Amino acid sequence: MGYERQKDFGTPESRSTEQVTLTIDGRDVTVPAGTSVMRAASESGGKIPKLCATDNMKSFGSCRLCLVEIEGAKGTPASCTTPVAPGMVVHTQTPRLEKLRKGVMELYISDHPLDCLTCSANNDCELQEEAANVGLRDVRFGYDGDNHLALATDHSNPYFDFDPSKCIVCSRCVRACDEVQGTFALTIDGRGFASMVSAGQDEDNFLSSECVSCGACVQACPTATLREKSVKAIGLPERAVVTTCAYCGVGCTFRAEMRGEQLVRMMPWKDGKANRGHSCVKGRFAYGYANHKDRILNPMIRESIDQPWREVSWEEALSHTASKLKAIKAEHGPAALGGITSSRCTNEETYLVQKLVRAVFGTNNVDTCARVCHSPTGYGLKTTFGTSAGTQDFDSVMDADVMMVIGANPTDAHPVFASRMKRRLRQGAKLIVIDPRRIDLVRSAHIEAAHHLPLQPGTNVAVLTSLAHVIVTEGLANEDFIRARCDWDEYQDWARFVSDEKHSPEFLEAVTRVPAEDVRKAARLYATGGNGAIYYGLGVTEHSQGSSAVIAIANLAMCTGNIGRPGVGVNPLRGQNNVQGSCDMGSFPHELPGYRHIHDHEVRALFEKDWGVALDPEPGLRINNMLDAACDGTFKAVYIQGEDILQSDPNTKHVSAGLEAMELVIVHDLFLNETANYAHVFLPGSTFLEKDGTFTNAERRIQPVRQVMEPANGYADWEVTQLLANALDAGWSYTHPSEIIDEIARLTPSFSGLNWDKLLEVGSVQWPINEAHPEGSPVMHVEGFVRGKGKFVVTEYVPTDEKTGPRYPLLLTTGRILSQYNVGAQTRRTANVMWHEEDLLEMHPADAENRGLKTGDWARLASRTGETTLRTLVTDRVAPGVVYTTFHHPSTQANVVTTDFSDWATNCPEYKVTAVQVMPSNGPSEWQEEYTELSERSRRIDPAMEPAE
Amino acid sequence: MSSTIETLRRMAGDIARNFEAMGHDQAVLATADHIYQFWDPRMKAMIFADDHSKLIPIARDAIEHLAEKGHPGSQTRATKWNDVDGVGRSDAG
Repeated sequence: MGYERQKDFGTPESRSTEQVTLTIDGRDVTVPAGTSVMRAASESGGKIPKLCATDNMKSFGSCRLCLVEIEGAKGTPASCTTPVAPGMVVHTQTPRLEKLRKGVMELYISDHPLDCLTCSANNDCELQEEAANVGLRDVRFGYDGDNHLALATDHSNPYFDFDPSKCIVCSRCVRACDEVQGTFALTIDGRGFASMVSAGQDEDNFLSSECVSCGACVQACPTATLREKSVKAIGLPERAVVTTCAYCGVGCTFRAEMRGEQLVRMMPWKDGKANRGHSCVKGRFAYGYANHKDRILNPMIRESIDQPWREVSWEEALSHTASKLKAIKAEHGPAALGGITSSRCTNEETYLVQKLVRAVFGTNNVDTCARVCHSPTGYGLKTTFGTSAGTQDFDSVMDADVMMVIGANPTDAHPVFASRMKRRLRQGAKLIVIDPRRIDLVRSAHIEAAHHLPLQPGTNVAVLTSLAHVIVTEGLANEDFIRARCDWDEYQDWARFVSDEKHSPEFLEAVTRVPAEDVRKAARLYATGGNGAIYYGLGVTEHSQGSSAVIAIANLAMCTGNIGRPGVGVNPLRGQNNVQGSCDMGSFPHELPGYRHIHDHEVRALFEKDWGVALDPEPGLRINNMLDAACDGTFKAVYIQGEDILQSDPNTKHVSAGLEAMELVIVHDLFLNETANYAHVFLPGSTFLEKDGTFTNAERRIQPVRQVMEPANGYADWEVTQLLANALDAGWSYTHPSEIIDEIARLTPSFSGLNWDKLLEVGSVQWPINEAHPEGSPVMHVEGFVRGKGKFVVTEYVPTDEKTGPRYPLLLTTGRILSQYNVGAQTRRTANVMWHEEDLLEMHPADAENRGLKTGDWARLASRTGETTLRTLVTDRVAPGVVYTTFHHPSTQANVVTTDFSDWATNCPEYKVTAVQVMPSNGPSEWQEEYTELSERSRRIDPAMEPAE
Repeated sequence: MSSTIETLRRMAGDIARNFEAMGHDQAVLATADHIYQFWDPRMKAMIFADDHSKLIPIARDAIEHLAEKGHPGSQTRATKWNDVDGVGRSDAG
């Protein structure tokens, strides 16, 4: 499409079902009750001038430009704050209004620079547009009075500027920060003529303030006061393409606003069903990695990892790789090969990688990063509900009365959804947080959790069972729901189990370190507070009992009847942009696309017929088992697309030993990531801006990804996989991802109704999408559980084998931060490093004092597995005895310290519990120094040789 | 770093301990089912060939059940899968 600003109706949509008919400028208009006159006019094709109104925040009524006349009413009310009424007769353009508006506009322009031709908002400025609309030709007051034109611009933020000389004090930025983002970083400082938008205190600028750079204020600004630096540098976009963000499982939709093949800016799409027009600092601004100088654009090979890389043609790279794979297969059999699909790539690319492994390599050794994040969600929810995906859409949170957030930090990891949560909390919903850290949701502007249960890491199951104990023993269970929807006998067995005194909060307090009375109050609130919605993250799954904790969560939801309608449910907050999709596409070693086991001969026969090959009927290896098998000498080659297992997976030394033991490691990525230090072939990847396809977010929402520029490396990732397959004689002939979607739909019943054209037409759809659900499925388990009765399962608390003791007295838990994403491969190559340039070790003041550590000091972090050093941040966000860090930076490699312990059912690593000791240090550990040297040596590149004449 | 067989023993033990609340006999079947459905053949072969006295009783009996009697059938909903034309069940994600 060409470029035009997104439609703005001025005020939010009314959710009323009652309809009201009124007359606007002689036309009958029918709209929902509660709609503003401004919006009614806009919806019926009219346009009332406005400056302070915009439709993603409440009307404000300050600019006095949207005045209208209403027959029978006195004065000229603001149309943004006046609701429609039956029979109302409205005039939006009269001589009186014309005069009033022109006078208002004169006042604005008398204190505004007249530099339109050189202004970055020229032709994209609402003030300029409304000045034209009201017919402003002169300013009677002149331009010589007191004004703000000499105010200096704040350039501190890396992504946008704040130029107060162009501010009209409409407060849209302040309200966007409050109402849309929920951070309350901005305010109007001063009064009257001295009124100014201010970020934080007098000494603050935008960078030093509490601003989280979500971009909502920039998006809301009607002038060039808050403006993207990229627009100032490049100019206005000339076209916009709706696509899906490649960060995090929220799956925000954006307009990639382009000028030629240059991306001018990413603007949140107001019709996006996951983000509803909002964004975070990553999706909105942190796309610079796509053109970063570190990006590798040519294929490279080397015989051994101590050699420099040699740039080669695609033909040579593929033929070399195929020849090596064939030789290994011939000597060691297909089980010596494997692949890892990427949760950052599209569904179609992921599907092709697993097809390559199964149909061309001839093995089921395929796995994906869900192994190390939400595999326990799959196991736990499938056990209890019969199906594992999140039960709700994101909109559901606006109907929640009580939110229970367990082991998740949404403001950092899922920030756009966190803003929706905060909005609902400000409306009065109650919040329970179960987390060892005092995450921002516990207490931030206008938000305060009713209960924070700061449990000891590793005791989720004990806390969840004690919550169930209170609900059952205090008679708060919803027996009507249980009898109707669940297996009653199993419930009774479970109720007897949780009612045992050994599961009481009082008995378990010694283990969980959560005051029993707080557990009781939280349980009562969740059971009796209305719609109860549970949101959880990796703080639940990444434990030795991750699957049991998910089961315990499902038990809680079922016993309180919080399933099957808007406002309730069990909602795993998934990490990466397409982790749901990568699972759907058959990335696990035991199952084919559509969650059908490889043992099932009918399922195999379906794929064998379509793919024209025989499939191995036995499950393959999980990632960690691939590494074990590599060390044992039975696993020799791996194709890794878009994952950096050396940095992301636990026990780095084990990962490196496994990789080093292999004969052929093929890394397909944008950058020479840490895993590539051990690779023999590097195939350059493409960014989400360079290809078509689909991502599936945490709501099961399948959304289109659109190519807005040619792949800088020459090929989209699905094309690279196809080239590799064909070098292995597969004979694939896809010409566009839509053909891969057709194959997925043909072979996968839950996607049978999906095709590319339909997706582009409807924008997005939540699976299952098939004959029974042609428009998809927003809320699951509405009438009954998808697979029969809900199943209560006993969850015995089995403590982890990872124990603290005299040598390792502290517990380390890891996580992530707002400005960085996963291993940081993308975000570290953007200006986001200004907020987080290194991983820090958070430590309670008491623990720090005992060790003589202050904020900024180097600390040695050691576990039974390994050690690293990093700087200390002393904070009471963590409890005594607990330390916390992130894993975004390879120079730290927090996973050198984490262990091989994993979830009992799925082998999801126990990242959240590692016994450690922390001591002062002078600088990097021996391992870090060795790794730095290895990394530098491994990244040497010999340029391609010119072909001989 | 643990050896592979030590890892497999630990994995089998973890599964067994988490099924223990079912009672010994059912936990043995559930553990055997789980290993059958999720483990690669070389992992199964390694633990079949191992000294089973190093396993906790439920895990030991499960391995011996699998080795001697084969798959006991699906014991939990987590090991029930969509049929060839089935929808509804899903797995990790």
